[in-house]
Amino acid sequence: MSTTDAQAQAVSGPAPDTRPVWRRLIGFNLLTAVILGVGGYYLGWFIGHQINTSSFAYEKATDENDVALLLAYAFGVVGFLIGLGFANYPVERFLGKPASLREKEGHGTSRYFGLCTDHKVVGIQYLVGIGLFLFVGAVNAMMIRTELLHDTPTFVGPNQYLTLVGVHGTMMMGIMTSGILGPFANYFVPLMIGARRMAFPRVEALTFWLLMAGGFILASTIFFGGFPTGWTGYEPLNDQAVMGMDSYIIFFALVGISMVLLGLNMIATIITLRAPGLTWSRLPIFVWATFATAVLMVLAAPMLIATLLMSALDRSISTSFFIVGGGGSSFLFQNLFWFFGHPEVYILALPGFGIVLELIPVFVRKPLWGYRLAIAGMLGVSLMSFFVWQHHLFVSGINADLRPFYMLSTEIISVPTGFIFICFMGTLWRGRMSLTVPMLFCLAWAFNFLIGGTSGVVLSDVATDTQLHGSFFVMAHFHYTIVGGLIFSFFAAIYYWVPKMLGLKFNEKLAKWHFWLMFVSFNSTFLPLFALGIMGMPRRVSQYEPHLLGLNIWVSISAFVLGFSMLIFLVNVIYSMVFARVPAEANPWHSKSLEWQVPTPVPVNNFEQIPVIDSDPYDYGTPIPIGAGQTAPAGA
Amino acid sequence: MSSSPAVGPGAPAGQPNHLRRFLTLWLGSSIVALPLVIIFIGPLLGPAGGNSAETSGEITDMKVLVGVATPIILLVMTFLLYAMINFRQEQGSVLEGPAVRGDARVQSLWIVITSVLVLAIAVFGTVRLESESGDGSGSGPKPLTSPSGPKIPVQVIAQQWLFTYRYPTYGGVETTSLVLPVNKEIEFNVTSLDVIHSFWAFQIGVKADANPGVDNIAFSKPTREMEFEVHCAELCGIWHGAMHNEARVVSDTAFESWIGEQRARLAPATKVLPGYSRTYTPEPLRRAE
Repeated sequence: MSTTDAQAQAVSGPAPDTRPVWRRLIGFNLLTAVILGVGGYYLGWFIGHQINTSSFAYEKATDENDVALLLAYAFGVVGFLIGLGFANYPVERFLGKPASLREKEGHGTSRYFGLCTDHKVVGIQYLVGIGLFLFVGAVNAMMIRTELLHDTPTFVGPNQYLTLVGVHGTMMMGIMTSGILGPFANYFVPLMIGARRMAFPRVEALTFWLLMAGGFILASTIFFGGFPTGWTGYEPLNDQAVMGMDSYIIFFALVGISMVLLGLNMIATIITLRAPGLTWSRLPIFVWATFATAVLMVLAAPMLIATLLMSALDRSISTSFFIVGGGGSSFLFQNLFWFFGHPEVYILALPGFGIVLELIPVFVRKPLWGYRLAIAGMLGVSLMSFFVWQHHLFVSGINADLRPFYMLSTEIISVPTGFIFICFMGTLWRGRMSLTVPMLFCLAWAFNFLIGGTSGVVLSDVATDTQLHGSFFVMAHFHYTIVGGLIFSFFAAIYYWVPKMLGLKFNEKLAKWHFWLMFVSFNSTFLPLFALGIMGMPRRVSQYEPHLLGLNIWVSISAFVLGFSMLIFLVNVIYSMVFARVPAEANPWHSKSLEWQVPTPVPVNNFEQIPVIDSDPYDYGTPIPIGAGQTAPAGA
Repeated sequence: MSSSPAVGPGAPAGQPNHLRRFLTLWLGSSIVALPLVIIFIGPLLGPAGGNSAETSGEITDMKVLVGVATPIILLVMTFLLYAMINFRQEQGSVLEGPAVRGDARVQSLWIVITSVLVLAIAVFGTVRLESESGDGSGSGPKPLTSPSGPKIPVQVIAQQWLFTYRYPTYGGVETTSLVLPVNKEIEFNVTSLDVIHSFWAFQIGVKADANPGVDNIAFSKPTREMEFEVHCAELCGIWHGAMHNEARVVSDTAFESWIGEQRARLAPATKVLPGYSRTYTPEPLRRAE
């Protein structure tokens, strides 16, 4: 099969569409969705303005109408989803018509631009969609660093600056919750467990489109004055903010709903659709990581949705959950938010653990060392993550007597995280490592997450946290865990799996340039931020003391280089996909995992016959001679 | 779990003893690095320790934690380098490594060591926190421990976007600048009139969130006459970055004369202020224009 054929097959799917163009535009598709979305938006806006809101304090004082905007967003999202065709199936079933998986049989490229229940299409949709919003978040970061080139506000005003900070943080923390589960778990979990689809294919598609609707809503905040709270949205500042705050609330609530559905779908798929013989102790470690993350999503995200609902009600109809003057509490929001927010950061970190441990056995040609310990580490981290949230509130004055407990629980969480590290090191030990691009990203993950993790232990101590809380030290810490942990493993996954997903090879020279530039500039950006934090620079300010100027300029320039390294990646994507088009082998890394055993492009139904599994996917390595040791049974 | 040793003794003949070489490298680099880190980096880990009892305490904690972290960081970093140099595959070939799936002894040892380390850090932190009366952190309206002896209460009232300071034992006078007497235990009562702020006196090691309707207490004993900066450390709206002011630690007599002067100058204002209270009912919030 020639390159073009392979590629055409990869993107076009089974049945070419022969209908004329005008006919294709009618029906349930993205165009209809946008039209109904905009229609829904104005309908909500109209209804909101018909409700007599004059009794609510804000609307009296200003001409802002939060009821209208919240309704507009809600109606807009519903219209958008109906336009995509999400209502068809329930309505048809309600009317007694037979069920079908019709969405899966779409036509050609158009499958990628609408409701599609093929998990491989959804995986690609996620990859592109998340890439788009990552780009928006990264551009915001560049603008933040441009502003910080000077110690007084010069480039943008203080209001715009806070909006930049808020959109950057919220976009990254929101969209990247699905950063790995969205593209890679959706695409590869069914392949890894020998299934033909996800358990709930329509729900799978819904999670993606909810996220996309959310991303555009968050970006629309600039039309309503932005929001000043950063990604944490603390009350009562939240309540005081202009209408742009509603964009934040709706965005994060949609992300929450998307997370719950994604998590439920993953849990159901992994429990029910495993191929015969694929016992829990033979499950690829990435599937385990997905499972642990999914549990966190299902348990933590409802708290976020509820909290934001309260926030929205406070803002629109003055319910006063969080308003001290009305009998509410600003502590309540902090508690509820971080009860979600701390599991959330592990929702971001755990998939990275899974990716790295899944990839390194392939590149050192050894079985995963300490498989069960790694699982224990992941499950331990997810369990513990629910018991540490008040370490974000060490200096807040909220029940200070409990601080020793949260100090202990926070420090204990580094024990299961340590399991991941010993498994990582054990797998590398005496292996035969190939320094391919995905492997480089995995090694960089270990380097970065180590710094992120140990700086977290420094922050877990109340005395040191007293100085470092709310400073750039914290900011450096969580960028090391999230960029250094999640984004590096995200790129490892891209370089590792793209040959299967697209049937194409990425240019390796450009990929190596991307890696080295990204690794060096990432560290050169965020290491000095630890120092800035220790020197007393608070987060989220656009003006600071003049003696911090030099380091800030250094950081900004490094950040620009980091941004440039992302451009190299983009160039590589365009070059490899449009110009070079080098076809990839079916299994270029000689992996023994199930997803590499299917042909490229992956057939619509994945497997002609559901495979029967008789070992775990880490059957690498030569048995060592008798006397020097022996191979253990699978899963040891 | 396999009993096969993953490291060391399993090495085929003719290969160097990687375990011994790696451990030597790690221990060697740790022994060299640890004193260097504590001596040279330690003092840089915060404001000068002599500023107040709290900054000294924080620096001690910081040094201990960084001291514990150094060998751990070196362990992984040395390992990464060692593995990248020694455990390589020739380019293009796909030779298999040893099929070792784990080692119960190494794993158990790792679990025990990390657990003991973590528990030790937690116990250390707890003892320090309670014996140092919160180490300058905002400890809520009823701190578990408080320093013995007399304390000068200073109320910090945060609002968008400035701090004011009220001295209840000096007639409840409210000033816009913070002046403290040296070598006296200060009790900061931090509260807010609108959104959440955070009172951060970096050089004297104090940080306490200012919440509306909450009296958040932090202690500090400045031990040196100096000027310092107060910053807001919790995002509080558009002028958050501009919410800072100068403050001073002065001698006892200078403080007494300063506060006397303020009381006389501000007497007309003090009269119309609401009476001193641990918290103030916030006004209903208004939206920014």
